[in-house]
Amino acid sequence: MQKPTTSDIWVLVPLEGEAPARAGLDLLAGARDLAAQLGGQAVAVIYGSGAGAQAAALARWGAQQVLVCDDSALAGAGADGVADILGQAIEAKGPRALLLDAALDGPDIAGRLAVRLGAGLLANATALAARDGAVVMQETAFDGALVVTCAADQDVTTIITVRARTFEAREYPGEVTVEALSFAPSAQALRVRNVETVRQTTGEAVPLEAAQVIVSGGRGMGGPEAFGILKDLAGALGGAVGASRAAVDAGWVPYAMQVGQTGKQVKPKVYIACGISGAIQHKVGMQNSAAIIAINKDPEAPIFDFADLGIVGDCLEIVPKLTAAVRARP
Amino acid sequence: MDIVVCVKQTPVATAEKRLDPDLLLDRESVDNAINTYDEPAIEEGLRLLEAHGGSITFLSMGPDEAVDSLRKALAMAGDLDARAVLISDDALRGSDILGTALALSAAIQKLNPNLVILGMRSDDGGAGVLAAAMAQHLDLALLTNANTVTIEGKTVRSHRRLSDGYIVQESDLPLILAVTDAINTPRYPSLKGIMGAKKKPLQTWSLEELAIEPDRVGTAGARTHVLGAVAPPPRAKGEVVEDKGDAAERILAFLAVRKVV
Repeated sequence: MQKPTTSDIWVLVPLEGEAPARAGLDLLAGARDLAAQLGGQAVAVIYGSGAGAQAAALARWGAQQVLVCDDSALAGAGADGVADILGQAIEAKGPRALLLDAALDGPDIAGRLAVRLGAGLLANATALAARDGAVVMQETAFDGALVVTCAADQDVTTIITVRARTFEAREYPGEVTVEALSFAPSAQALRVRNVETVRQTTGEAVPLEAAQVIVSGGRGMGGPEAFGILKDLAGALGGAVGASRAAVDAGWVPYAMQVGQTGKQVKPKVYIACGISGAIQHKVGMQNSAAIIAINKDPEAPIFDFADLGIVGDCLEIVPKLTAAVRARP
Repeated sequence: MDIVVCVKQTPVATAEKRLDPDLLLDRESVDNAINTYDEPAIEEGLRLLEAHGGSITFLSMGPDEAVDSLRKALAMAGDLDARAVLISDDALRGSDILGTALALSAAIQKLNPNLVILGMRSDDGGAGVLAAAMAQHLDLALLTNANTVTIEGKTVRSHRRLSDGYIVQESDLPLILAVTDAINTPRYPSLKGIMGAKKKPLQTWSLEELAIEPDRVGTAGARTHVLGAVAPPPRAKGEVVEDKGDAAERILAFLAVRKVV
């Protein structure tokens, strides 16, 4: 069982291209707050060929220490390789907790590490705090039906996956200490071969996760062609186009546009749902929007139960008129 | 090829979820069904079995009522060589993800399959970490978020779904595979399958049969503890109006108040 020897809170910060991923910087802000409450430091862990060049940049985003694993063997390695390096580092240094993004590789790394280290595991956190010396998290369970508060035992290191957008990256003044890690992944951690990465871009000017306005379409749009009018409206509003799982499953739009439980979780100022019924799978991904507008022909659609403005009507008529009205504004 | 598919029984989406006085999910007073994300895992197991031959075992952990979900999986299997195992023991109540991973891994060691398949997450917990925790226990390679799977000889090739594309990954059997909710469309069991499922072998294993000490699982073995749970305040229902030709103006006015135009 891995016992913590420090009160430090670690964050895995993946690199996107050469720059630290936004999700990792958001987590650093959360780690900084939690570490301050526990009397430890926020520590960023970065890896990959040339990662060392990013160390100084992380100080600006709240890291007080940076651990760098500048190993080319990790370049093509997936979650297993990263989990192996992190496991070796945690065994050597004994942090109190490690924060991981709850999307993509995060859960794979978390599951491996928790078993390897005999660690505690908290998943899908939407809030973190120290309470009487213990790390306490909130999560929304059962598709948002319950908000559950969980505490981790204090005498073991805790691995925590955190939902996207739980924290907002903040800039900090201050110095950072940088340390190189000399661990290499074991052969077992490299059993999965990454043959090729295929990117399917949606051609969006604004990424869905960062958009202030999102115009989303569902089954009620009737087909892929109708997404053109949503794109026009999103363009006029400087926003992005999203979709429900029904529209993605039908093959009308790529998965990159899917908002929901198994797609992206978004938090725009305004979310405009067009021809979307509002099934729980979709609601989970967009219910934290500051405001929700729903347009649907069916007056019984569940989305009207939680929209701030509901229009019972035909998207195909209303959306082009709205786009023209937005463009006509002075 | 011998395949194990892990199946969880979870409360249905429409059920009102609440915790009982000892802060565990009340699983008895609600309607339960197969975790929706496990159905594509069952389907993928059946398709691989149809393509490559062999046997399939559906493995679950839960109260005795979880046999209902295992029978449904057996019904989906129709004429294929299928059986089921339920891990059930009072000491497992209150297990966290790691206790669950320990018990399932012990059963898989006993079953000794070439391939273990899971869904991407569960409807209730939803952490999506179980496959990795089991891979660590069993020292197996792990392919997750698989959106397509093909097997040639010993090599498994999958497309790992990314938010903006996919990674083509390969690894060799034996391994653990977690599939997305979009990998296939699960079949419905036939009437013949439903009738036949009652005759397929279904065993129940206790912790003793898995040589797991009771204090390593359940509430006793958990390293994280639920302090409480509340239903979040529902999002207020706003104004709902029928379009009388003025919907665009109404929406524009709303956008102006929100300062996004």
